[in-house]
Amino acid sequence: MANVSIRDLEIEFGNLKVLKNLDLEIQPGEFIVLLGPSGCGKSTLLNAVAGLLDVSAGQIWIGGKNVTWEEPKDRGIGMVFQSYALYPRMTVTGNLSFGLKMAKVAKEEIDKRVARAAKILQIEPLLKRRPSELSGGQRQRVAIGRALVRDVDVFLFDEPLSNLDAKLRTELRVELKRLHNELGSTMIYVTHDQIEALTLADRVAVMNGGVIQQLASPKEIYRRPVNRFVAGFVGSPSMNFVDGTLSVEGGNASFKLANGGLVDLAGYDFEAPPEHGRPATLGIRPEQIDLARGDASAKSLPVNLTLLEPMGADSLVWGDVAGTQFSVRIDGDAHVETPSKVDAFFQPAHASIFDLASGARL
Amino acid sequence: MASLTASAPVEPSGPRPKRIGPGRYGVYAFLIISALFFLIPLYVMIVTSLKPMDEIRLGNLFALPGSPSFDAWIKAWSQACTGLNCNGIHVGMLNSVKILVPSVLLSIAVGSVTGYALSFWRPKGANVLFGVLLLGAFIPYQVFLYPLVRILSMVSLYNSIPGVVFVHTIFGLPLMTLLFRNFYAGIPIDLFKAARVDGGGFWAIFLRLMLPLSTPIIVVAAILQITGIWNDFLFGLIFAGRENFPMTVQLNNVVNSSFGEKEYNVNMAATILTALVPLFVYFVSGRWFVRGIASGAVKG
Repeated sequence: MANVSIRDLEIEFGNLKVLKNLDLEIQPGEFIVLLGPSGCGKSTLLNAVAGLLDVSAGQIWIGGKNVTWEEPKDRGIGMVFQSYALYPRMTVTGNLSFGLKMAKVAKEEIDKRVARAAKILQIEPLLKRRPSELSGGQRQRVAIGRALVRDVDVFLFDEPLSNLDAKLRTELRVELKRLHNELGSTMIYVTHDQIEALTLADRVAVMNGGVIQQLASPKEIYRRPVNRFVAGFVGSPSMNFVDGTLSVEGGNASFKLANGGLVDLAGYDFEAPPEHGRPATLGIRPEQIDLARGDASAKSLPVNLTLLEPMGADSLVWGDVAGTQFSVRIDGDAHVETPSKVDAFFQPAHASIFDLASGARL
Repeated sequence: MASLTASAPVEPSGPRPKRIGPGRYGVYAFLIISALFFLIPLYVMIVTSLKPMDEIRLGNLFALPGSPSFDAWIKAWSQACTGLNCNGIHVGMLNSVKILVPSVLLSIAVGSVTGYALSFWRPKGANVLFGVLLLGAFIPYQVFLYPLVRILSMVSLYNSIPGVVFVHTIFGLPLMTLLFRNFYAGIPIDLFKAARVDGGGFWAIFLRLMLPLSTPIIVVAAILQITGIWNDFLFGLIFAGRENFPMTVQLNNVVNSSFGEKEYNVNMAATILTALVPLFVYFVSGRWFVRGIASGAVKG
C-alpha cells in the first residue's frame, strides 16, 4: 500500500497543454477513478504516473518517494492496458514472469508468485496457452496478473474493460472490486464509463480539459455535482437542463421558465443566498421525477410528453419543458399517454441549479 | 432442359451462378502472352547452353539441341577464363557468398535496431534523422564512389571483403530502417509500454519482445538484401579488389574476355549459374517478396 501524490503537474505536447496545474492526493489503499470524455487528459495523467511520459512541470510522489524522474520499473507500479498488451510470442506463464525475470527474481520465487496470481485470477488452466488462444476476458485477467505478480503498491488501469462485451465487462467489474478488497492496494483507474466509475471508486475525479472538475465520492458526484459539466457527464440518460432565471420574492426562491411559468424551489439547498433575476439552469435527473405527487413537499413543473421508450425494468418518457428537451424515467409497468400534457413532480432538495454563464453550482 | 428460353425465368436461389465473360478471356490471353514473352529469353539461354558450338553456328536460335550436353556448363563452372585466370566462374560464386552472408546479416541487424529505436524510443530529432537517412537513399550512388574509395583506403579496408561488406551495409541502411520502422509502427505502443513497466530496457525489449515478433519482416528484408547484394556489380567491382570479385563481375569478364570465337553456350551457362541464387530466392519466396515490395511502398 502506498499513497500517490501529484503536485502541480503540467504536461504539454508542443504548444498544447494537456494537464494544467493538477493536484491530486490519493490515500493508501484507495480506489480512485479518473473519469472524463476522451481527450480530457485522464490517460495522459495515468501515463505520467507510470513514468511513460515526461512531465513539463510538477512532481509525482509514490509511497513518500519523489519518483518524478524514476524509470517506470522503479516506481512500484503495475499497469493494465485497454488493449491488454500481452506479449504475443510468450505463453501466459511467460507473460506473467517477464517482469520478474527482468528484475532477476529467483526461479522458485517466480514460480510461487505466478502460481499465486493464477490462483487469485482463476487462470490456472490457461498457463500454457498463448494470448491468441485466449478470449478477451481471459486476456484481461492475464494482463491484471502481470501487474499482480510484481507485488506492486499501486495498480494503474487504463480503460481495462473497454474492449470487452457488455456481459464480460459487468463480470470483470465485480471481480476487480473483489480484487481490490482482497489486496487492499492503491488503484488508479481511468475510464470514460460512468457506471464503472460509480461502482468501483472510493472517490471519482471527473476531468475535463486537463483539469479535475470534481473530486468526491460517487454519491456526492451523483447527488451534488459542482458544475454543469459534471452534472451532464455523470448519469445516464443525462440530467435534464432547463434554462431560466431565479426569482426571489419575500424570501421564497423560485425558478422562472422561459415561457414565464414559475417553479417553486422551496427546499433547495443554495450554496449562497440566491439573487433575484440571475440567469440559471435547473437540472433534474430523469429518475428524480415522478409523474404523480408522492410527497407533499414535491414541487411540480409542466411537461409535454411526446414519446415513450420502454427499456424493460423501466421506461423513458421523452418530452419538453418550455421548449427544452426533457426526459422522465418511470416504472416499466406504468402506463403513460403520449402525447399528453402533465405535471412532473420533483424534490427541490435533489435538484441542482447552476449559474447559466459559469456553469457553477448555485 | 427446354426451359432455357426466356419464357421460363429461373427463380434465384442458392449461390449465384458464375459466368466467365469475354473480358476474362482477354485478361487471360494477355497474361499468357506476357508470360511467354518473358520466358522466351530464358528458353533460348537454356537451349543454347546445351548445344555445342557447331550447332549454334547454324543460327537456329529456337531449335532444341540435337544431342544435349552439359560440357558448356562444366566449362563455365571450372574452366572459363576471366582475364588471365582460367578457373571458371565458381571462384566468383565463392566470393559472392563471402560478401553476401555478412552483408545481409549486418544490414538486417543494424536496420532492425535503428528502426526499433526510431519507432519506439523516439530520440530527439528522430524524424529529422530518419528524413536525412531516406534522403541519402535518393542520392545517386555514383556521387559517393570516389569519396568512399578514399575513406576506405585510408582505413585500409579498400580492396577487401570487409570493405565491400561495409559498403553494402551502409547503403542497405535506409531501406532496412524504413522497412523495420514501418513494421514496428504497426505494433501497438501499449506492448512497448507494458514491457517498460515490466522493467525491460532497450536491448531486453528488442531481443525478447520485438525480435520474436519480427519474423515476417526479417524474411522480407533478407529477400530484398540477398537479391540486391547478389545482383550488385558496381560495389563489387570497385571495392572488393581483384582477388574478391563477386560472381557478377566475373561473369562480365568471362563474357567479354574470350579470345577469337565467342563461346555462346559457355556464356549462357555462366549467366544462368550467376542468376541461380536470386532465381531460387524468387521461386521459394514469391509471397513474401510481394509483401516486401508492398511494405516498402505503402506507409511512408
